[in-house]
Amino acid sequence: MKTSPAERFASPLWRDRGLAASALAEMERLVAAASAKTGGTVNFMEVCGTHTMAIAASGMRRLFPKGLRMLSGPGCPVCVTSQGDIDRVLALAEIPGVIITTFGDMMKVKGSKGLDLHSMREKGADIRVVYSPLDAVDLAAAEPSRQVVFIGVGFETTAPVIAGAVARAKKAGLKNFSSTAFFKLVPPALELLLSDPENRIHGFMLPGHVSAIIGLEPYRFVAEKYKVPCVVTGFEPMDILAGINMLLKQVVSGRPSVEDEYFRAVKAKGNPAAQALLAEVFKVSEASWRAIGTVKATGLAFSRAYEAFDAVKRFNIPYSDAPEPKGCLCGQILLGKALPPDCPLFGKRCTPSSAVGPCMVSSEGACAAWFKYGG
Amino acid sequence: MCLAVPGKIISLKNSNAEVDFNGVKRAVSLDLVPEAKKNDYVLVHAGFAIQVLEPKEAEETLKLFAEIYGKEHKDALSGPLSHVKP
Repeated sequence: MKTSPAERFASPLWRDRGLAASALAEMERLVAAASAKTGGTVNFMEVCGTHTMAIAASGMRRLFPKGLRMLSGPGCPVCVTSQGDIDRVLALAEIPGVIITTFGDMMKVKGSKGLDLHSMREKGADIRVVYSPLDAVDLAAAEPSRQVVFIGVGFETTAPVIAGAVARAKKAGLKNFSSTAFFKLVPPALELLLSDPENRIHGFMLPGHVSAIIGLEPYRFVAEKYKVPCVVTGFEPMDILAGINMLLKQVVSGRPSVEDEYFRAVKAKGNPAAQALLAEVFKVSEASWRAIGTVKATGLAFSRAYEAFDAVKRFNIPYSDAPEPKGCLCGQILLGKALPPDCPLFGKRCTPSSAVGPCMVSSEGACAAWFKYGG
Repeated sequence: MCLAVPGKIISLKNSNAEVDFNGVKRAVSLDLVPEAKKNDYVLVHAGFAIQVLEPKEAEETLKLFAEIYGKEHKDALSGPLSHVKP
């Protein structure tokens, strides 16, 4: 019996219990060998929020060997957005007549005055959740008398999609569409973590879909300069278990490199068309990170040719630093320095239905994942 | 938010495609994968295909898993790759 191609992407073997049990047994042996090298617990970081959710939802965290700790990194777009940029989003939503379009994850992130998009919508602001930024461009075409703003946040996976939407808006000559460009770049984020003298990360599970865009080359410095193992990993349970074992083998061998477990989607060169569009619409710029601050060359901003589409410039929304929610450990969690249960607010004053910090608000935040599925 | 889902291109006009996600059909932009053709599998994120997927490479990955981790678990590997239903 021949299987159809579609069945290969949806094969039950991606989540097969027997294969998983065997991979976990192998992990047990590898963690023992790797611990001897690291002199204690082996700390790996999953950089991507989608991995955080996939690990939590599969229930595999409690099956991991004791000597292995998976830390959640700065890979949840809503979580890494600075409080100052959240305030800018809310300032845009206050402008009379503007239609705000956004991915759903942004709706309940609170600004420094305690408001969020959800509560502003209840007060009458026109805020719409969309599936794609193209929906926002279509809306702008259908409502020529209204200004439509898309809330662009995210990493290298999402930035080209928004670049694609902005390019279409430009082609269509739309004067009433704009977007924010609160984008962050993954390789500089890794460098921020690695250059911290307190860094104790022994390997990175690299984000599959960011890597589908940027390829493998941008990570080379992690293995070569910092001698830290890297494995680009897919999102099925077997991908994740195999990815962890590949990281462990690199630790044991003492030969760090950048490996690609997710080669069915990630090519060494990434996606050249997406990279070209990114370079056309945006330019590398400073970005404001939660818990880290504003750092040069860690994000993207509109290029000169597309700056007319920058919502922040069009509506002249200044940036001002704002304090993070009091007592919230989200920032430390993003840096791999704390786990959700370390936070005194976790599960008490801070829950998904009444969240204090963005790590609990976002569906792929580390706190939301721990709360929903347990550690 | 970096969630991306595989689907199959069932028709396309210029760079706008109709993609089938296990029976659910949606309009998808091919602006980021100009090389994509009808019947190709693509990885879709927020309305845009971001990469063309090779079913052969998915099969190769599953075979690798079977080689590395299948020794202690022969049942799942005794037949074609998709014979076990979840």
